[in-house]
Amino acid sequence: MYYDILYAEGVTVDFDGFRALDQVNLIVRKGELRFLIGPNGAGKTTLLDVICGKVKPIEGRVQFANEIDLLAHDQHAIARLGISRKFQAPSVFDSLTVHQNMALAAEVPSGFLAAAFHREGGAARRRIDEVLDMVGLAGRRGEVAGALAHGEKQWLELSMAIVQDPELLLVDEPVAGMTAGERERTGAILEAIARERSVVVVEHDMQFVSRFSSTVTVLHAGRVICEGDFATIKQDPTVIDVYLGREPGDGNEPGDGNAA
Amino acid sequence: MLDKLIAGPPSRRQYIAYGLMVGVLLVLPLFLSDFRLALVGKYLAFAVAAVGLDLLWGYAGVLSLGHAVFFSLGAYSMAMHMKLQSEALPDFMVWSGLEQLPWFWEPFRHFAFALPMAVVIPAVFAIIIGYPTFRSGIRGVYFSILTQAMALAMSILFIGQQPYTGGTNGMTNFQSLAGISLYKSGMRLGLYLATVVTLVGVVALALWLVKTRTGTVLMAIRDGENRLRFLGYNPVRYKLATFALSAGIAGLAGALFVPQVGIISPSSMSILPSVEMAIWVAVGGRGTIVGAAAGAVVVNWAKTVFSESLPEAWLYVFGGLFIGVVLLFPRGLAGIADQLRALWRTLPGRPAHAPQPQQRAPEPARSPAADGSRNHASLALPVVEPVAATAERES
Repeated sequence: MYYDILYAEGVTVDFDGFRALDQVNLIVRKGELRFLIGPNGAGKTTLLDVICGKVKPIEGRVQFANEIDLLAHDQHAIARLGISRKFQAPSVFDSLTVHQNMALAAEVPSGFLAAAFHREGGAARRRIDEVLDMVGLAGRRGEVAGALAHGEKQWLELSMAIVQDPELLLVDEPVAGMTAGERERTGAILEAIARERSVVVVEHDMQFVSRFSSTVTVLHAGRVICEGDFATIKQDPTVIDVYLGREPGDGNEPGDGNAA
Repeated sequence: MLDKLIAGPPSRRQYIAYGLMVGVLLVLPLFLSDFRLALVGKYLAFAVAAVGLDLLWGYAGVLSLGHAVFFSLGAYSMAMHMKLQSEALPDFMVWSGLEQLPWFWEPFRHFAFALPMAVVIPAVFAIIIGYPTFRSGIRGVYFSILTQAMALAMSILFIGQQPYTGGTNGMTNFQSLAGISLYKSGMRLGLYLATVVTLVGVVALALWLVKTRTGTVLMAIRDGENRLRFLGYNPVRYKLATFALSAGIAGLAGALFVPQVGIISPSSMSILPSVEMAIWVAVGGRGTIVGAAAGAVVVNWAKTVFSESLPEAWLYVFGGLFIGVVLLFPRGLAGIADQLRALWRTLPGRPAHAPQPQQRAPEPARSPAADGSRNHASLALPVVEPVAATAERES
């Protein structure tokens, strides 16, 4: 059975008169890897904020798994529904160990008392081990997350999102600030994740996007201007005009300046 | 400080040290006069409150600068009980022209009501203050300022309600507690021992709690509350529960304080005593539980010594002590031993094979990207953390 994991229609976000999003539609199918691209200020991150409940739109509707109205839920409730997010800048809990970070994500007790009497389950531990193995952090589980390198923090945060076993994973610029080798690895991780669940990735780095055969949605000034596979959007005159410039990857606005 | 926080369960050596401390507290009555014993009992009551504040500030990163209110609410509950023990209508009510005991005073006749209320009233009050505050996302220094305003407002309220609270003078001249005269031989000792037992219990509860998942969640709230929300946690519930627990512990401390000291007045619940409580925790070491308790005892002992010998200079000494500790020992008394050990290793001529601590202090510049700047209760202290981190790195 194939259904839309995410159905957003006519989403409009207004920040004190500034239209961050204007009648945006976005449909993500189950098991799809979707890229959101567009120049700075196009509304990519705002769209993720709407999906995970951080920003409430003034208009439009957002549905999850065909029936759940996401706009009616708080952030932590949305996370519990099965939507995880990885932020742009690495945000892990610096004073906790890698394992503690993962444990927080793997099992979420319902409150203060439940947490006090919580015992880590064997299944959770195995899942944590599995994910840490996959991202190559298995040997560092006892270390304080604050002592990890930038790329490792990004992987840890990605791992925390994966171990939650979400149906929909939202990832904001996963390779920003990474070395070439780290990008390779991150790409492989994302592909592995997308095999089992739906992933929406915001990305600036066109080379990185071009590696994946998946659907790309191009945003500009709060509107969707084009949607299709990378080959299609690369040819689209509007996209070339506002975003890609003469040559993709010529170091202009869309290029990897952000990731240098 | 941070590597300390995530260290595993206390080592056997630590347990022995704790055992020795308790042993000292238990034999102390053999060597002290009743007057001195009540003084130590007072320090230990403060230590109980410091442990509660450390849970809130040291772990969850929420700095309350109004904790003296909760402490005093507990103290007033017990004071009301003691007043009714010897006076049908408390003296200040008579002076204020009140002819009948107000209805809400009535149940405090019973010790079995007054003692639980000393914990419940502050905890409920904390929930009333905390729920709308946490719910609307007020954090960091904004929360601290708000609690300070609460302390001021409450002390003014208590001064203004003279017929019900005793006004500026508060309540004093207590005779007995739960039917036992305060001047009966052994009563002082009993109160002291009750305080020691409470302190041990509260410390044990806190040490257990911070080792559980709840402790991890609280530290995660301190590191990045918004990030935690996206994992599916509701930080409001955790902060509210911790605030209430912390307030309840402060109230219990107040209930232990008042029979030993013999007076409670609105000056005990205002801003200055609230800030003092934060200083005990800072001096002892935030996020160390036992350190916070020790900080309360040491600071108050120093206060007694200095205010006996140079009363007018005490506040300056107090301020100097605070600044000195924060600058030189940002991890407080609890961190001094570790810092000295690190210093010893850096001495020239020392072989470099000393075992390195496995968990290094992370970079001091923590920037929880998800939520920007208002996250940490950053009143003065976090600024100096780099000192600790540097010392550590040089080791």
